[in-house]
Amino acid sequence: MIEPARGWVPLKLSELAEYREVLYFLIWRDVKVRYRQTLIGAAWAIIQPLVTMVVFTVFFGRLAKMPSDGLPYPLFAFAALVPWTFFARGLAQSSESLVANQHLITKVYIPRLLLPLARVLGGLPDLGFSFVVLLGMIWWYQSLPSLSGLLWVLALVLLAMATALGVGLWLSALNVQYRDIQYVVPFLTQLWLFATPIAYPSSLLSEPWRTVYALNPMVGVVDGFRWALLGGTSPPLATLAASALATFITLVSGAFFFRRVERSFADVI
Amino acid sequence: MPEFSVRVKDLAKYYSIGTRPRPGEAQLREILAAIFLPGLRKLSRRGAQTWSAQNLPGAAAPTDDHIWALRGVSFDVPRGQILGIIGPNGAGKSTLLKILSRITEPTEGRAELCGRIASLLEVGVGFHPELTGRENIYLSGALLGMKKTEIRRNLDEIIAFAEVEKFVDTPVKRYSSGMYVRLAFAVAAHLESEILIVDEVLAVGDSAFQRKCINKMEDVRQHGRTILFVSHNMAVIARLCERAILISGGVVQKDGPSPEVVGAYLLSHLRTSSERSWPDLATAPGDEIARLRRLRVVDELGRAHDTVDIRKPTTIEMTYDVLQSGWVLWPYLLFRNEAGICAFVTRDLDPEWRGRERPVGRFVSTVEIPGNLLAEGVLLVGGGAYSNPPFRIHFYDGDSVAFHINDTHDGDSARGDWQGDDPGVVRPLLPWINVFEGTP
Repeated sequence: MIEPARGWVPLKLSELAEYREVLYFLIWRDVKVRYRQTLIGAAWAIIQPLVTMVVFTVFFGRLAKMPSDGLPYPLFAFAALVPWTFFARGLAQSSESLVANQHLITKVYIPRLLLPLARVLGGLPDLGFSFVVLLGMIWWYQSLPSLSGLLWVLALVLLAMATALGVGLWLSALNVQYRDIQYVVPFLTQLWLFATPIAYPSSLLSEPWRTVYALNPMVGVVDGFRWALLGGTSPPLATLAASALATFITLVSGAFFFRRVERSFADVI
Repeated sequence: MPEFSVRVKDLAKYYSIGTRPRPGEAQLREILAAIFLPGLRKLSRRGAQTWSAQNLPGAAAPTDDHIWALRGVSFDVPRGQILGIIGPNGAGKSTLLKILSRITEPTEGRAELCGRIASLLEVGVGFHPELTGRENIYLSGALLGMKKTEIRRNLDEIIAFAEVEKFVDTPVKRYSSGMYVRLAFAVAAHLESEILIVDEVLAVGDSAFQRKCINKMEDVRQHGRTILFVSHNMAVIARLCERAILISGGVVQKDGPSPEVVGAYLLSHLRTSSERSWPDLATAPGDEIARLRRLRVVDELGRAHDTVDIRKPTTIEMTYDVLQSGWVLWPYLLFRNEAGICAFVTRDLDPEWRGRERPVGRFVSTVEIPGNLLAEGVLLVGGGAYSNPPFRIHFYDGDSVAFHINDTHDGDSARGDWQGDDPGVVRPLLPWINVFEGTP
C-alpha cells in the first residue's frame, strides 16, 4: 500500500530489522572498498590517530606543557584520539552518506536510515585496529586495563556511535537539500575537536561548567575512555549522564527528522 | 487472495521545477532561525511544506515552476499480466515506476501492490566498481531485495547467464561495458518476486543478449508473475505484453491490448493518423488539374484503422478531385517505413482508366495491400498523381497517413518461431519446398 504520508511518521524500526542483510552488505561494501588498491591498507586506520598523537605530544605536551592528569602525555592523547577518530570519521561519513549514495536513493527502495547507519558502523574495524594499538601502549606504559574497564569501553563506543549517528542523521538529511552541509562538516569537526578534552584534560574546567561542557557527548566518551582504561580517581558519572542524555535527544530527534524528510529525498537529491 | 496484484488509484505526483529560488532555498534561513531561536514549531510547520512537496500554495493551478508529473493515473493489473507502459520522454513513466517502487511518494492517490516487489529501474544498481563480479552479485542482489541464501543458491546460474565465468573474481571496473551490463541484468533476472517493475533496461546489451533477456521475461511470466515494463522498443512491447498503457503528459491516454496502444502511440508520435483529409479545396495539395482530398487506411468494413495484423490485408483509400478534363493521370501511393526507407510504390493500373483521359469530378481509389507482405512496424503512406509524358506531378503529399503492422507471434507469419530482430522492409510469407535426396 502506497499513500502520501503527512506530518511526522513512525520510525519503523522493524523495517530496519527486516533489511538487516542489506545493512550488513552496505557495511561490508564500505569496509571492503575502503583500502582497496592502497599500499598499506588497513594500516591507515592506525597511522591517522598515531600521527595526530605524535603531533599533539610535540606541540601540546612538550611545547605548551599541557597538563595530562599525571598520565604520560602520548598515552593521554592517544586514549582520546582512538574514540575521537572513530567519531569524527563516523560523523563525516554519515553526513555525506545520502549524497554519496544518490544512485541508490533514486533507483532502489531501502530504508534510507540504513545508509548513515552503515557508514557509522563501517568505522568499527578501524576502531578495532587502533584500539589494539592503544592496548599495546597501555601495556607498555602501565599494566593492562581490567575486564570491567573493557566493558565500560564497549558502552562508551556505543555512546560515541550513537552520537555520530544522531548528528549524522541531522546533517545527512539536511545535506540532501542544502549542500552547504558538506562545507560545514569539516569545520564543525574541527571546532568539536577543541570542544572535547583531547589535547587537554577536562579537569581544567571547574563545576558547574564541567557538567554543561559534558553536554558535548564526546566529553563523556573521552573522559570515560581515560577513566576506564588508564585508571583515575572516580568514574565521571555526572559527565557520562549528561553526555548520554544529550546523545539520546540528538539521536531520537535526528531519527524522527530524518524519517520526516525522507519521503522527498529521491525528489530533491 | 485478491485477483489483482497492482491497483493504482488516482495517483498524482507534483514536482516543483524552475530556476526561481526554490521554496527550500528561501527557507534555509528560516530553518536555521528556528534551530537557534526558540519555537521549533515553526520549523516543523514550514519544514513540512518544503520537504514533502505537498500542500504547496497554488498546487491546484500549475504555474511555470511547478508541474504535475502524473495526474489521476488509475489502472489495475491482474495477477500474471505483463503490462507495457509507453509514452514519450518526460511523460511520467519513470515517475510512476518510482512511486510503485516506493522510491518516491505520490502527492495524491494510492497504490496497492500485493506480493513481493522487485524493481529494476537501472541496470547495475548498487554495483561498486572496486568490487569483484561475485561481490557485486551479492551486493546488488541484496539491494534489489534478495536474501543471502537466495543469492548463494542462484550464484552459479547468475554467473552462467551473464557469461562472465572467467572474470567473476575481477573487479567490475575492469569489465567491458557489455560484461558489466550482462552481469547486472543477470542479477536482476534472478529476482524471485511476485511483481517485477522494469524500466527501459533492455535498451542495453547486444541483440543476442537482449533476446536472452526477453526470453527470460517470457519465462518469468510463465511462472505467473506480474511485470510492469517500460520501454521505448515498441516491437518488444507489442510482442511481450498483452496489454499496454500509454502515458502522455502525466495522464493515461490509452489503455488496451498492446498492439493497438503501440499503434496509436507510434502514430501520435509521428503526428499522423490513419486518416487525413483536406476539406478546403483551395488549400488541398495539388495544382489546377487535380487535388488530393483524402487518404485513409481502412479495414474490410471501410472503417479507418491504424493497427494491422501482419497476416491480414489492409486497404488504402485515396480520394481526389479532377479539376480539368483531358489529362491521363497516374495516381500512385508511396510507402515508407519509420526509418524513411521506401518500401515500394504502387500505381493505378485499373484497366478501365489506364491511358484514358479523366473527366472532371471526384475519384475514390482503393488499393488492397496483401497480408504477409510488409515487415512489422510503422508504415507511412503518401499519395500522389502524375501525368507522363511530359512528366508532371499534379499532387503529392508524402507521409500523410500511417498505420502500424503488428506481428502477434502466433507462429504462422513469416517469422515462424523466431523471436528476435527480423530485418528488412518486406516480410513475405513464401512457400519453401524441400526435396530430400538421401546420402549423396
